[in-house]
Amino acid sequence: MLLEAPFTEAKIRALEVGQMVEISGLVYTGRDAVHKYLHDGGKPPVNLINSIVYHCGPVVVQERGKWVVKAAGPTTSIREEPYQGPLMEQYKIRGVIGKGGMGPKTLEYCRKVGSVYFHAIGGAAQVLAEKVVAVEGVHMLEEFGSPEAIWEFRVERFPVVVTMDSHGRSLHEDVQAVSQAALDRLV
Amino acid sequence: MDSKILQAQLLELIRRTSSRLPGDVVRSIEKGWRKEKKGSTAKYALKVVLDNIAMARDKSQPLCQDTGTIICYADLPAWCDEPTFKKAYERAVVQATKKGYLRQNSVDSITGKNSGNNLGPGNPAFHLHQTRARTLTVRMMLKGGGCENVGAQYTVPDTRIGAGRDLAGVRKCILDAVHQAQGKGCGPGILGVCIGGDRGAGYLASKEEFFREIDDANDDPRLARMERQIVKEANSLGIGPMGFGGSTTLLGCKITHRNRVPASFFVSVSYMCWAFRRDGFKLSEGGKITSWLYE
Ligand code: SF4
Repeated sequence: MLLEAPFTEAKIRALEVGQMVEISGLVYTGRDAVHKYLHDGGKPPVNLINSIVYHCGPVVVQERGKWVVKAAGPTTSIREEPYQGPLMEQYKIRGVIGKGGMGPKTLEYCRKVGSVYFHAIGGAAQVLAEKVVAVEGVHMLEEFGSPEAIWEFRVERFPVVVTMDSHGRSLHEDVQAVSQAALDRLV
Repeated sequence: MDSKILQAQLLELIRRTSSRLPGDVVRSIEKGWRKEKKGSTAKYALKVVLDNIAMARDKSQPLCQDTGTIICYADLPAWCDEPTFKKAYERAVVQATKKGYLRQNSVDSITGKNSGNNLGPGNPAFHLHQTRARTLTVRMMLKGGGCENVGAQYTVPDTRIGAGRDLAGVRKCILDAVHQAQGKGCGPGILGVCIGGDRGAGYLASKEEFFREIDDANDDPRLARMERQIVKEANSLGIGPMGFGGSTTLLGCKITHRNRVPASFFVSVSYMCWAFRRDGFKLSEGGKITSWLYE
């Protein structure tokens, strides 16, 4: 199914674990340095209300004065576990795209705030870069370096799977439990 | 050999490694894709992965945005000394970074600053040896950070998982590592395992196993059996690609061993994501690539 901007609470609350979704609209990249900076009280250089944050350290190069995205797959999200929930609440961040899933703290904030976790296909840098149709800006490039900067990506039909929804369900917890039971039978 | 030529050939090696998966890896992913159920998120994930592999190869672009730790092994003949090789490889790395084959991926651990050109203490990681052969052999891999984070080193006996100091205990360690990793290492993954050694040697040897091809068999029949068994058992856990659920959790498992001191017994498990980038070539003194080491 297609999910288009604006990313309102109602649209996000309608999503459920296991759905394959394609996102169209503006998303902001942010990874370790950005999350720590915001959590420490730093002012966001972009408007995060009703936004989607993408855990991504892209390869972006300048070609004839224009930014060109060469690779843009997700990075591991769990590193932002301490920060993500509180930031979702503070800025009404409606969705996070990443890989590997997040923990119970973020899941609880998803429920409370009305937010979801979208799992992108880890490593699929080229397929996903092609879905970034324009780079609309970049922030904190000097301070954090290219992979850690905040990039404004306009995406079209960006493919993800909802793995944590706003109803308290996490596919990661489900798979963890199933595989634990299978492992216990094996050993 | 002219160092300019050496540098140009090394740049080509880096480009190829970053943009193209070896045939054995692609085939095993295709096999997984065929096995997964129609309409499942697992099949969907593997389809995106396969599309991505084709696209990266056609465009000569990095397969994954994390171009990883650059690990380089070389057997140096008499005509190529260590400083010459290092300099040429480092220059090729800087050039590859500028061209976007490699991401700026080298961060100062004290200040947090990115060097911007992939050089810095320990980067790239060189493992250089002399050889009496006439040709220069270079092997490299790009080892992603996400999958590196799910690697694990066990000290047996391990009471948490009930693993003792024998192959049965080793099996428990490896299966536990697969379970702990879930989809976090961008599975389906490949494991490199070392039984024994000290901590450093164990991890190093576990990574060197990634230079083996997925469908080869271990020379040691005990380990060959274990490699097959681990893959089968891991794929029955239901973790699947990206941890979405499914039957393609591991593409391969490669096991080696090192002697240990009586007091220690480590089992070191390295996890490689599906973006299993390794390549290598042989180079003649005249600067010609005489063969590629992987299909
Ligand atoms: S684990 Fe591998 S596929 Fe995943 S983001 Fe890292 S390098 Fe890429």
